[in-house]
Amino acid sequence: MNLIRSIFLIFFFLGSNLSYATNEDLQIKISKNLRCLICQGQSIHDSDSEFANSIKILIKKRLNEGSNEKQIYEHLKDKYGEWILYDPTFNKNTYFLWILPILIFLIGGGIIFKLFIKKKN
Amino acid sequence: MKNKIFSISLIFFFLIIFLVFYKGLQNSNIYTPDLEIKKNIPTFKAQIFDTSNEISSEKIFNNDQYYLLNIWSSWCVPCRDEHPFLVYLSNKKNLKIIGLNYKDNNKSAKTFLKKLSNPYELIFSDRDGIIAIEWGAYGVPESFLIYKKKIIKKIIGPLNKEILFEIEEIIK
Repeated sequence: MNLIRSIFLIFFFLGSNLSYATNEDLQIKISKNLRCLICQGQSIHDSDSEFANSIKILIKKRLNEGSNEKQIYEHLKDKYGEWILYDPTFNKNTYFLWILPILIFLIGGGIIFKLFIKKKN
Repeated sequence: MKNKIFSISLIFFFLIIFLVFYKGLQNSNIYTPDLEIKKNIPTFKAQIFDTSNEISSEKIFNNDQYYLLNIWSSWCVPCRDEHPFLVYLSNKKNLKIIGLNYKDNNKSAKTFLKKLSNPYELIFSDRDGIIAIEWGAYGVPESFLIYKKKIIKKIIGPLNKEILFEIEEIIK
């Protein structure tokens, strides 16, 4: 009985902790998914440039105003173009990028499968 | 026969991949922002420099004339270099220069203007840099030529003689 109670308590505190951290976590997640356009190979989260700091403030402000993650990405994409997003959206310029790993996986799998069957026979 | 088709399709597949990547190699990987964008200007509210009054963007850019929004700061060295060009442009009749004071403190900004003269029709403050982000700016200095509430030219970095000439040609 004691064990059940302590497990319940642990889950309760973990759960409440998570709900407190959500907004800040989301803020970090969004800033990690955005490219710092004036830095070299850094995300907005990693950078301490004036540009990155302003974007971090903007993300915080937008989240407090009730915007969701997607709306913030869309807003910044509208201002700076798709380059600011680390995760490119699926469109005519990027479909090959998205489909290629699946194709390679399928064809590679096919080759292995074929060799396997050949060996068995 | 089956094996032949398989090998041909495999070769064909890798050939396509090779071509795509080969073409990709020739693309520039340096980010170049679009400079000729005819975008609508963002709507925002900002504090007028050195006052506690707020003004909305709709009230600033409402006339049928050219505006040059210049993002500047007293701590920015290239801003000092471009300042004489702004002063020169402020004498043009059909161009109004609006300043956006970026992440600056009032005292140094005022000293900056006192020393180098004030070319701005109106200045508003951007304490945390959010308004600059709304404009799609990267830093200071940066300027936007606006006509009929649309950005017709974006200048990243300080103004120079060539850009000055281009602006003069546009607003003629």
